[in-house]
Amino acid sequence: MKAVCWNGANDVRVQSVPDPTILNPRDAIIKITSTAICGSDLHIYGGYIPTVQQGDIIGHEFMGEVVEVGKGVNNLKIGDRVVVPSTIGCGNCHYCQGDMWSLCDNSNPNGWIQEKLFGNITSAIYGYSHMLGGYAGAQAEYIRVPFADVGVVKVPPDLPDEMLLFISDAIPTGYMGAELCDIQPGDTVAVWGCGAVGQFAMISAYMMGAEKVIGIDRFPERLEMAKKFAKAEVINYEEVNAGEALKEMTGGRGPDACIDAVGLEAHGVGLEDFYDQTKQKLKLETDRPHVLREMMVACRKGGTLSIMGVYGGFVDKIPLGAAFNKGLTFRMGQMHGQKYMHSLLQMILDGKLDPSFVVTHQLPLEQAPHAYNIFQQKKDNCIKVVLKP
Amino acid sequence: MTSTSGNKQSTSQTEASEVERWASLIGGGAMVLMGLRQGSLRGALTALAGGGLVYQGATKQSTIQKAQEVIGINQPIKVEKTVTINKSAEELYRFWHDFENLPTFMKHLKSVKVHNEKRSHWIANAPLDNTVEWDADILEDRENEFISWASVEGADIDNSGFVRFKKAPGDRGTEVKVVLEYNPPGGALAATVAKLFGEEPEQQIGDELRRFKMLMEAGEISTTEGQTSGRK
Ligand SMILES: [Zn+2]
Ligand SMILES: [Zn+2]
Repeated sequence: MKAVCWNGANDVRVQSVPDPTILNPRDAIIKITSTAICGSDLHIYGGYIPTVQQGDIIGHEFMGEVVEVGKGVNNLKIGDRVVVPSTIGCGNCHYCQGDMWSLCDNSNPNGWIQEKLFGNITSAIYGYSHMLGGYAGAQAEYIRVPFADVGVVKVPPDLPDEMLLFISDAIPTGYMGAELCDIQPGDTVAVWGCGAVGQFAMISAYMMGAEKVIGIDRFPERLEMAKKFAKAEVINYEEVNAGEALKEMTGGRGPDACIDAVGLEAHGVGLEDFYDQTKQKLKLETDRPHVLREMMVACRKGGTLSIMGVYGGFVDKIPLGAAFNKGLTFRMGQMHGQKYMHSLLQMILDGKLDPSFVVTHQLPLEQAPHAYNIFQQKKDNCIKVVLKP
Repeated sequence: MTSTSGNKQSTSQTEASEVERWASLIGGGAMVLMGLRQGSLRGALTALAGGGLVYQGATKQSTIQKAQEVIGINQPIKVEKTVTINKSAEELYRFWHDFENLPTFMKHLKSVKVHNEKRSHWIANAPLDNTVEWDADILEDRENEFISWASVEGADIDNSGFVRFKKAPGDRGTEVKVVLEYNPPGGALAATVAKLFGEEPEQQIGDELRRFKMLMEAGEISTTEGQTSGRK
């Protein structure tokens, strides 16, 4: 089959690889009909995620059709149309049973790396480094799905892929980002990053009772999308100082909650951004915490920071004094897709949510290298690419 | 919690308290190996099972070990590791007690054959298609709680260990603690044994316990071995 393989920083290639096979009883093989490039795939593309190896198939946002099931899977059959969550959960451990699927104890066969680095083991994610399980990713014609009897969501045949695909990753990530804010009626929520996850976080914040939502980005097309689809007020941080603008827009208080939908490759302005870019290039710091710093200073006293952008390692110069003295709450984590997917699907079926607006590009799988390039460079107004195998 | 099954055989006050000391160490679980630094694990387990007198013999054995260390033949490998499993102690104990199940999650074992209630025969994979073998006896067996074992005289690798099952707080399942000690013989076999248990035996035991947990909780051991990739 054809698959998108990582071959080094800023080098992905479409290669011929053997078809996946069933390796465990609870496995299924899915023929992929649509797979998206997630913003967090850009961290892999750019070479910032440790333990990604040459030849690894990447991608974790996908849907398709069941073509083979292991003997331990009796609730799926060949021909079922399914959306699969990007994080892999076993369904049986203490964490999965507590609906904290991305903290699964059992899905990561390379747990020892994480145990050394993080002190504990978290769930695996498709195509997202060996530290996170080393499973082959979804930007391919077929994929092996472990623990397919739990988490996988069957979807009806009559809606197009673009309506359903994003309950795999981007929508539950944005939704959980808003949920972690514990939004009270009347709250103002600021969202850093107006990519797909940011858009869904803003929409979810309104659904949960926010009175005002503010989107922060530097690309006009993303800010336009935030205004048009998420009904957000927007700040272009290259035109105005985001911190000052937020103060101004919140009566001098600061937002009640701040969502980071950017992660470790955040861009800032000025000397501090230069410091982070340099340290990251020299491998003295793995992640650029620009958004984190800005959120800690901008947030109102007693407010909440919700971190959904991916961080992998170590960051420098965090203004912990601000966070401590202001009594901030930090909440974060990989999303628990399986917890949210069924209700999100229902919202789509009920016509309450149409996520297809985020798609700016639809390309054949063969054009993945081009797709990564335009997405990373934000060329051609690229916000979300769906690849068609 | 602490077991004092050895007490009835003790002949003096000192021996009894010695046994109690080992028992509370193993039962309490805090830094078992710290407590075992002077004596061998086998000695402690034997003392626990059979009474204080055997412990004397065990310390003598440890003197031989020390001598070996001084002349630099090899070091005993001692590891301890604990994992919490979302299953009852009964279920976990039952699976483990059938030693023939162990190779399903202990990659270094090729097979275990149970001869009778006490004795079993173990075959471990050694590098270059070789194997090492030994007979082991169960020293102590407390249902749903504790199993200890040790190799018998003449084993390729002198080894001993125990597994303890203890209810975790709340609804978190069972805490499973494993402590193992290997005394590799000298010479070429020592190198083989060193390879067998890896450069970091602690990590290997950790991996094995994690596979045990996967098998017990999820019914299978998660893997990417044999999956497709674009590696050249
Ligand atoms: Zn993602
Ligand atoms: Zn789990």
